Amino acid sequence: MTRPRSAAVVVALLRAQLRLELRTFESLPAMCLFSVTAFLLFHFGLDVDSLSGNLASGVLWVTLLLAALLAINRVYVADAEQGGFDAFVLSPAERSTLLLAKILVLLIYLVVVELVAVPAFAILLLEPSLWQAMPSMLGAIVLGDLGIAVIGALVGALAVRTQARDLLGPLVSLPLLVPVLLGVARWTAPLFDASRAGAVALRWPLVLALYDAIFGLIAFSLFDFLLED
Amino acid sequence: MYGKGLRPLSLITAAAVALTLAAALFWAPNDAYLGFLQKIFYVHVPLAILTLCGFVAAGLMAVAHLRTRDPRWDMRSYVAIHISLIFGVAVLITGSIWARGAWGHWWVWNDPTLVSFLLVMLLYATYQPLRFAIEDPERQARYASVFAITAGAFVPINFAIVRLAPAYVHPRTLSNISGNLPGRMQVVFYLALFAVTLLWITLWRFEMTAKHVAAQLRQLQNLVGEASDEAPARRSAAPSLTHAGSVS
Repeated sequence: MTRPRSAAVVVALLRAQLRLELRTFESLPAMCLFSVTAFLLFHFGLDVDSLSGNLASGVLWVTLLLAALLAINRVYVADAEQGGFDAFVLSPAERSTLLLAKILVLLIYLVVVELVAVPAFAILLLEPSLWQAMPSMLGAIVLGDLGIAVIGALVGALAVRTQARDLLGPLVSLPLLVPVLLGVARWTAPLFDASRAGAVALRWPLVLALYDAIFGLIAFSLFDFLLED
Repeated sequence: MYGKGLRPLSLITAAAVALTLAAALFWAPNDAYLGFLQKIFYVHVPLAILTLCGFVAAGLMAVAHLRTRDPRWDMRSYVAIHISLIFGVAVLITGSIWARGAWGHWWVWNDPTLVSFLLVMLLYATYQPLRFAIEDPERQARYASVFAITAGAFVPINFAIVRLAPAYVHPRTLSNISGNLPGRMQVVFYLALFAVTLLWITLWRFEMTAKHVAAQLRQLQNLVGEASDEAPARRSAAPSLTHAGSVS
């Protein structure tokens, strides 16, 4: 049997997962709804009408991180419960294609959520306008999402076939995601500053890119071992 | 086999710990600013170094487990994380006491070493729940090794990144030593590091011996049929060492 081309496998897996999501709507609506609800929670919990600087950056990224956990918990559930893992292991495809497909799925979910959550945040809570900060903000979103997706795809696979997956997924992934949160939150904090006084420190993009790359290597070298039975 | 040499090792460790405590309390000079409180440094810093080295070592043992599929490597990794977690709790407690004395607060957020240490501890606190949540012993061992390698790599990266956050106040021990730690303090510090290293190794060996003896005992009980009337084996976070199929 010839080995199928990896790119074709990734595309097939990606399409299957997205079709599943479009039929069931298990993750995306929940993530969007959760983000907007969280902004309301922050409004009432902090008793503020508008945020800027560090506080705004932290509120936005903590919300997106917690919304991502909803997807990280669910992204492998169909594979574990409906025989997707078994079928995939029996197929001649490279195992790492499944990881790559899940990373891409999580990235797509996160981008869709951000299309809702970031404008909602800008309207509901953010004091300064977001338009001028957009290019740098996009960079932070790309590198932050990549880190969340890589760690989420690895930890999701680790947690999904345990007895307490809804607990273990967040508990294991949150400490691993703290450096990502630190990177993006510090990166965007000066962008959300009302006076735009602070400049973006170059080290945060570098740190995030390095962290994403290292955990990408770790995830791709360890993922095979999670699929062995 | 695992108990071999444990008695002399224990005696040497006990002597080294006693000598370190005596030297730290009576021979090393009091710190000019902190006075007597500074002596906790001889306990706190070596414990912290050993905790982190233990976590990294557990990651390397997990690499060996995934390469060889020998359940004994999983057991070594498990015991290393176990001992390091206990050391880590001691580090957080001694660190808190030190912070209270030196900076007036039990917890200081603008100190990256403290924060990243807590982060590492929170991550490793999920290791045993993760094991416990997987019933099949072979998969439990494999998943635990994946976790141990990921977390072991996370330890140094995390420290480097959190360090980048500005305004840290933690005393940099190693640069202090090359810089201005006076002679006697330096000697006592290295002595303490040596003693705590021995302590870690001894405790690790004791735990490994206990686990092996327990496994052998279970095997023998099964052979003579004694275990048959007991309750079925409970789910456990500890590696079983017998999942190769020799004993059901």
